[in-house]
Amino acid sequence: MITIKQLSVFLENKSGRLNEILDILGKDDIRIIAATVADTSEYGILRLITSDTARAYEVLKAHRVSAQQSDVIVLTCSPMADVFATQLRHLTQEGLSIEYMYCFSIREKAFLILRTNDNVRTEEAVLKYGLNIITEKELLRL
Amino acid sequence: MNRADLEALQIKRLKETLRIASQSPFYKTRLNEHGITPDTIRTLDDLRKIPFTTKNDLRNNYPFGLVAAPMNQIVRLHSSSGTTGNPTVICHSQHDLDQWANRVARCLYMVGLRDHDVFQNTSGYGMFTGGLGFQYGAERLGALTVPAAAGNTIRQIKFIRDFGTTAIHAIPSYVFRLYEVMKEMNLDPRTDTRLTTLIIGAEPHTDAQRRKIEESLGVRAFNCFGMSEMSGPGVAFECPEQNGLHVWEDCYILEIIDPETLEPVPDGEVGEMVLTTLDRDGMPLLRYRTRDLTRILPGECPCGRTHRRIDRLKGRSDDMFIVKGVNIFPMQIEKILMQFKELGTNYLITVDTVNNNDEVRVEVELSDLFTDDYSQLQGLTREITRQLKDEILLTPKIKLVDKGALPQSEGKAVRVKDLRTNK
Repeated sequence: MITIKQLSVFLENKSGRLNEILDILGKDDIRIIAATVADTSEYGILRLITSDTARAYEVLKAHRVSAQQSDVIVLTCSPMADVFATQLRHLTQEGLSIEYMYCFSIREKAFLILRTNDNVRTEEAVLKYGLNIITEKELLRL
Repeated sequence: MNRADLEALQIKRLKETLRIASQSPFYKTRLNEHGITPDTIRTLDDLRKIPFTTKNDLRNNYPFGLVAAPMNQIVRLHSSSGTTGNPTVICHSQHDLDQWANRVARCLYMVGLRDHDVFQNTSGYGMFTGGLGFQYGAERLGALTVPAAAGNTIRQIKFIRDFGTTAIHAIPSYVFRLYEVMKEMNLDPRTDTRLTTLIIGAEPHTDAQRRKIEESLGVRAFNCFGMSEMSGPGVAFECPEQNGLHVWEDCYILEIIDPETLEPVPDGEVGEMVLTTLDRDGMPLLRYRTRDLTRILPGECPCGRTHRRIDRLKGRSDDMFIVKGVNIFPMQIEKILMQFKELGTNYLITVDTVNNNDEVRVEVELSDLFTDDYSQLQGLTREITRQLKDEILLTPKIKLVDKGALPQSEGKAVRVKDLRTNK
């Protein structure tokens, strides 16, 4: 499996809540590799790639925070818009749809954290088109 | 005891209670005004000649206006919280306390507890009758009692494990709290404790919640009813059939009335419960309007007891709120919420005025984040809204909140906040 564990956290729409959650993780020396917050008018979901997702999940649970672990795929490519487009086109050619995506880039490398409607078929597409993915180990070494 | 003997005993005790009650300043005047003496009572129907006693009567005659025994024979008083106006005070003689303990012991025996059981009471002690009431009742039974009192969940769990607790008395919301904390401690109450029996009450709950408690803790849970005005716990209790609560009719006369017309309603119909004490000499109460809504379950109980059964409480006539002309009980909302496994057990209903319109908001805790997908969260919200609308005929605003976000009560949970400006 080429997926990486992501942590999703239910975020009440309340000033300071994001801080509280980050404080909880911070006290346990969790390193955050990537994060994004999406919101509706009533609540948000904080999505995180961390140095130790299983532990981060347990820590949040102990603090009675609603959270979930899920699988995402991280592609890596050059941070040029046309390259991004090419990568994603391969997926759409296979009939996959992207539910959400967030990215970060380090120097000349971009990392696309992707959630599609079907991880298994995404993996097949990755192999078929020779897309570069990054494993959990590699991600932690960045 | 067959019904005829039971009713004969009720008449005898009612006459005696009238004689005692007329020693109190309040009843002396009240009974005189209506020309009521013990001789007024020939049949049980004559009870209806006696005027009702209300909570206001207790408040207006605060603190000792209804005490019938000489004050030197009163050995304890209990009092309600009195959040609105004067608290209500109930005074007990030694006889009253002894009989109260006997009744509670009878309840505990009925659900299978014996002298080898270990009974842990998580009620607040002090003025709240669920503390001392169960304490003395369980001691009377001969059980080993653990008067843990309210709060400090970690310590409660330590007691349960160290002392081999087999039975707990707790309010339902606190049982869920105990369970949550045990889970967080990686304990399985079914295998890591010796619990067999739970006594739950004081707070309205649904049968679905009871089943959830039984399943998660591996116990049988029994519903109890009591109120400080009627001494406390031990007024009515479920038998092993778990279908309705037997009211101890040798100690109380039970009536169900229409709260508007004050006329009795037929068995099986919901109305306000009215109770008369039959075995209290410190401060008897005659036809006390409890404000609790319930109904008599018609027919005999398979367990063979002749004391009639009441249904689990439908809520208090005080808890009911009216929105756009619709009567709503928190229990109706709770019943729906409990059906969603994605949701926790804590919720809060707020009624508010928004743009001159009444609005019902329901905040409910998630049990955990079950999805990473907005559309599923929104789908859940829509489904809850739809089901609630079917039940209460209004469209409430649903807000999902994090577990633990709502105030966690260690006493009776506050379920409804009414912020309306035009109540």
